[in-house]
This record gives sequence, C-alpha cells and structure tokens, in this order.
Amino acid sequence: MNSLAGVRILDFTRYAAGPQITLLLAFMGAEVIKVESMVDVDHFRREEAAVVFGSARAAADCFNSLNASKLSITLNLTTAEGIELARRLVQLSDVVVDNFRAGVMDKLGLGYPILREIKPEIIMLSASSHGSTGPESRYIAYAVTMGALSGLSQVTGYAGGPPVIMRSSSDMRPGTSAAFAILAALNYRLETGEGQFIDFSAREALSCGIGEILMDYTMNGRVRSRNGNRDDMMAPHNCYRCKGEDKWVSIAISNNEEWAALCQAMGNPPWTKEERFGDQFSRWQHQDELDGLIEAWTINHTHYQVMEMLQRAGVAAAPSFSNEELFNDPHCRERECFTSVQHPEEGELYVLAPAWKFSATPAKVTGPAPLFGEHNAYVFGELLGMPEEEISRLVAEEILY
Amino acid sequence: MPNSALEGVKVLELCQGVAGPYCTKLLADLGAEVVKIERPGYGDEARKILPFFHDMPDPERSGLFLYLNTNKLGVTLNVTTATGKGIFQELVKQADILVEDNPPQWMTKQGLDYESLQEINPGLIMTSITPFGQTGPYRDYKAYPLNVFHCGGEGYLTPGGVENADRPPLQVGGFLVEYDSGLSAAIAVLAALYWRRKSGDGQRIDISKQESLMALNRLDMVRSANEGEVITRAKQGVPYGGALPCKDGYTVFITWESVQWDRLVAFMGDPEWANDDKFRDYADRVKHGELLNALLTEWLVNYNQEELYHKGQAAGVPFAMVYTSKDLVDSAHLKARGFFVEIDHPKTGKVKYPSAPYQFSETPWQVTRPAPLLGEHNEEIFVRRLGHRQEELAKLGAAGVI
Repeated sequence: MNSLAGVRILDFTRYAAGPQITLLLAFMGAEVIKVESMVDVDHFRREEAAVVFGSARAAADCFNSLNASKLSITLNLTTAEGIELARRLVQLSDVVVDNFRAGVMDKLGLGYPILREIKPEIIMLSASSHGSTGPESRYIAYAVTMGALSGLSQVTGYAGGPPVIMRSSSDMRPGTSAAFAILAALNYRLETGEGQFIDFSAREALSCGIGEILMDYTMNGRVRSRNGNRDDMMAPHNCYRCKGEDKWVSIAISNNEEWAALCQAMGNPPWTKEERFGDQFSRWQHQDELDGLIEAWTINHTHYQVMEMLQRAGVAAAPSFSNEELFNDPHCRERECFTSVQHPEEGELYVLAPAWKFSATPAKVTGPAPLFGEHNAYVFGELLGMPEEEISRLVAEEILY
Repeated sequence: MPNSALEGVKVLELCQGVAGPYCTKLLADLGAEVVKIERPGYGDEARKILPFFHDMPDPERSGLFLYLNTNKLGVTLNVTTATGKGIFQELVKQADILVEDNPPQWMTKQGLDYESLQEINPGLIMTSITPFGQTGPYRDYKAYPLNVFHCGGEGYLTPGGVENADRPPLQVGGFLVEYDSGLSAAIAVLAALYWRRKSGDGQRIDISKQESLMALNRLDMVRSANEGEVITRAKQGVPYGGALPCKDGYTVFITWESVQWDRLVAFMGDPEWANDDKFRDYADRVKHGELLNALLTEWLVNYNQEELYHKGQAAGVPFAMVYTSKDLVDSAHLKARGFFVEIDHPKTGKVKYPSAPYQFSETPWQVTRPAPLLGEHNEEIFVRRLGHRQEELAKLGAAGVI
C-alpha cells in the first residue's frame, strides 16, 4: 500500500525546486498531474538544457530524475478555456502546487481565493523564491542566487577564499521542505476537512538549515564566515588526500578515545605523542600541522582502506564519494539506493530510489517521467469525461497545446 | 489560540544532536506535543555545542539546542535502567510517534525494538535516524556531520567550478546535512501518520542520513550510471556569472534565459564587447565563459553588492548578494515577512530565532514555549501524566533513573 494513495495533486511547477516537491509526494503514492504547455515549456525540456547539462541525453536524464512517476497534460493557460479546464481539474484534486513567481497564479485566475470557491477544501502551496509578500517578492532567483541570499554561500568555502555558489541541492532542499508543509496540511485536512493556502519561501527554507549560525549573530553579534571543513570544537576534522586521483577521506575526532584509536591505526608514529597534540584543545589549536601529518599517512592508502581501518578502530572516517563510487558502492547496492525505469525515448534510465524505508507503505518509483502531454487522454477523457471529438477540437484550437 | 496542523499528535523523542531533534522540532512547531527524553545529569549533547549565549558555556545557553528544541516538553530518563525502561514503555503506550537516533541494534539490546514496542502500542510509528540506516555493510559505522556530508556525495562536488580539483572537497558550513536528514525523516513521519489515520496501522521507518543527502543531489547521483559522467568539482559550476568580485565583496548572478542576458547587457549600458559574436548564444557564452567573466568583473568592480542586487533585479536580471547572518537579520524583506521571531527563555531572555519557510493560512507556525530546561517537565509528565507519586521523583533521581 502507498501512504498517499487516493491523493491527487495538480502540479504547475517547473525547473527543479517545484518538481522536487511533487516528486516526493508521487513516491508516496499521490497521483501527480503535471500541467505543461508549448507556451511555457519546463526549462529542463528545452534545448538550452542540453547545453547546460552537456548533452540532450543528460537533460532528459535530469528531467526524468525530477519527474518520474508523474502524469503529464498539456494545457494552454494563456487561453480562457485553458483556465476553465484547469479549474475543473482543481475540483477533482486535493492539492495544487505552483512555483511561479509570486502573483502569477492570481493573474492567471488560479489564485487561492478563486480555487477555494471552486473547491473549499483545496490545499494550495505556492513555492516562490522569496515568498508572496515582502519588498523582494517579485525578484527572480535560482538555486545559485538563493544559496547566496540564504546565508549558505557566506559560510561555505576555503578559509579566506571566495564564497561558494550552491548547487541544484539548493533547489531540492526547499522542495523537500515544501513537501513537508503539504503533508502537514493533508493531515490537518484529514482531521478537520479544512484546506488552506501555504505561502512558501525557498530562500527562507535554506536559511532554516543554518539556525545555529544565525543564532550566533542574534545572541553574540558574531558574523560567521568560511572555514573549509573545520569544526568549532573537533580536530582533526578535515578531508585528507588518499592514494589515487582526486580521492579523499573525511576524518573527524571528538575526544581522546577516538584520538588514541586514530593514532594506533596509524601505527603510533612518534609525532602523535607530542605535547601540542596532547588534548582536544591543543589539537584544535594546531590542526594545520596535524592535518599535514595525518595526510602523510592517508596518502599511502585508498580512501576505502582508510575508512575500513579507522571504522574498525572506532573512528569516524568516510570517503568523499563521487557519484560513480556511490552507484557502485556495496552499501548503496545492498540498500537499493538506485533503481531504474524504462523510458520510451531514452531506454533504461537509473534514478535515485526514495530515501525513506517504510515497513508498511514502501515508497516507490512507479515509472519514468511522462512524455509531453502523454496523459491527456486519461485526464481529459477519463477524469473529466470529455468525448474524443471535444478533445480533438481542443487540440486543434491549441487549448491542449 | 489559532489552530495547529498537528494538534493532538503525540511524539516521543529519544535523540541527540541535530537531525533527530530537528525532525521533532518541525512537528512541535506545527502543534504536535513532543516529549523529549534526555540523559539524566548530562542531557542532549547539543547542549555542549557552540554557539553559547554571550559565549557563556552552559547547557541551558547553547543556541543550537535552543533553536532545535522549541515547543517541546523535556524530561530526563535513563532508559537503560530497569525502572527507566518501564517508564519509557508507559510513554510509548501514549505516543503516536517515536523518533530515535541510537546506533542500530541499540534499541534491540535494551529490549525496546520496534517488535516489542509494537506489542504495547500496535499503532506506533517508530522512526530511526542513523548515518547509514539500519541495514547494509556500513550500518554500524560512526559518522559525524562532516563524514555524512562527504559520503553523501555533495562534498565531492563542493566547491563547484574550480579550475582543478587540487584542493580538498568541502562541506557546506554548519550542520546542514543533519538538518536535511531531520527534514527527510519528518516527511516520512507525516506520510506514515496520514496512512495511520486512514488505516489504523503503525509502521517502522528507517532513515539514513547518507541517503537523505543523496536525495538532494539526485540529478548528479545518476549521471555516471546514465551518461558515464563522473562529475567533479572542476566540471561543475556555473559556466559564467556565479560569484564574482564587486566593489565591496561578491555579487552573484546567472542568466539562464537569453532574455536575461539581453537585459544584463542593457543594464551594463550596452558595452561594445557584449555584442561580440563570441557571446551571442547561450552555448557561445558557455564556451567563452572565462573571458566573459573577466570582462564582466571589470564592470562589476565599480558597483557594490546592494546596488547590483536591487538595481539588477529592477532591470530583470537575477542578481543576489552573499548575505551574512547580519544581513539576514537586517533584511527589510525578511522583516516584512516576520522570518525572525523573538523567543523568551529563562536563561537568555528574548533572542531572535529563525522561524519557518511556510506560512499557513489556517494553521500558522507558532512558538508556545522555548526549549525545555534539563528535566523541566519531569513532574508534569511522570506525576501528572503517568500517575507516579510526587515523592517517587526524588527516589528516581537518586537511583539515576531520572
């Protein structure tokens, strides 16, 4: 069984952050209907995406990763009849999600006040970069710029080096947080029968992940900056070069027992007895020297060997894994972290399996990302009960477009 | 009191640090009743972690702990004692959800595994959060946030867009991966709760922090399997734009869409070089990214971050600033949205905390109490809730149970 069986989501999202929201809910069994149109094609389906990701195959792969298990319809929202059809679909849905800039759904005639009239118990979540209120609500943003605005870039990078721009994960984190909000609203609706509107701000979602860094400022006036892989209290605490090209292992030590175990695993070289490494605080103060000495040991071993030796000794050590290593890693294999779908155009495509292991309602990838408009017949024919000639007319008039 | 989304939901937390407590904080802030169990005398290890209020090391003044435990009730209980185990089971009987973050097998060793707890509460949703999950060859491996971040695949790609990968891969600052894992667990909990409300059935949920992070990098994770592409720090990044130096620091922007590039050119006053064929299409600009960035920087260094951000946005170009925590607290936009809220706590007085990214029309995010002092609600929970006698509290304390 699926935990969200019977929940239908009308999905107006595109790019990455929005599709991540509905992807997670689709994994849990919700029926997600992705609304697309030639008038405004999802960027991951456009030709530019092939340039951005390096090839058409890579772009299709990324689109597949974000939209697996969903249905697709084509609906032209610049036409009155298109909007009317969208409203009819709202009546059949439990949740509406969009990630347009603030105000766009209202302008289209699909704002919450209208949807609520059509379907009082509807849950609507608008996920915008800055939220729907406030002086910057109409500003444009992407993962890269949101990472900077959230405070993440400021605290990420080598000490003294430039701030690091964030990756697509800066779209996925807000997407995940928005899915949580929808699930809370779904639970509330199950109890009370009431729907509601959720105004979601992606940049705020990222800022929530550095709570203690923000509190250091509000409590102590301290502005934190970049400090590589360092920790405030632990040392050694870094990535160390290992045998091979661009291979690294992360090691973190939080107390004397772990330190002693690390020393022993390294064969107790004389320098480990030096006074400057005698306690946690002095190790922290001399971590630059310490890092060099540890790396002189790790460089002789592969990152897998270091992990195994140190974990056996009770020391926290793990490689900095590449995507290829994770795909082939025995732990990920055993936990079935990857699964594949048969894509009608691309053939077999691997996708990441859902990250939660449920004993009673396992989350699943049920199929590849839909082709453009693949489910028009099901949605307009079966769900809305429109005769075939009516659907043909809508296609001819570029309403289903 | 306004309505809350999770009113009436009872959660028991046997966690420390960031991931588990963040999971239950997310639930508590939406109205669930969370009873947090801490070790007697010592408490959650987050109580020992920086930053401390006014830099005074004190288990009641850790900003990390205060942030992660708003709206919870706190008790002390040693579940490894015979009596403590019994009290824990009484609490489980009354709970809808248990969240724990002990090493795999630890709960089993205590006789508190899912199968045993399910017998006393068949509808229980038990969620376990560990670095590598409950199964697989690494399940007993130790991992601090640094290790999790790196073995989850995002570290290897950070920082993106460097010329070569000579320097080590990096973590994102703070404990981000722990927050990620707590959020991922919270989603699973709410899905299971939804299912239980419909079916009456509880279940067991296994959350791996490593997998929680991989899920946030899903696009990169499969590129090697599907295209044979091993993505490295040297290959990933923004081909042009990104974080570039300006007059007073760094500005950040990209032009994903052609129209945004056209607007940027206009915003710069239509310089001659920008109309060169080398920069005509997106693909051309990507190809000549390095040259383009050098030319852009020549122009950018005349302006400060703030004017580039606001004037750039007014011109329709996605500019941003590299915000510090001070900038965030001072942001007029975040003030207008009420993102930071003041919370009063007996040991710190009023302090500003980040709130949440979601504003619900019917069931607002709200703070009804600050993080609990160590054992603050022992009496309320053990005496008034479970019906133990008041005079037992001292004996339980002396026995190291609470």
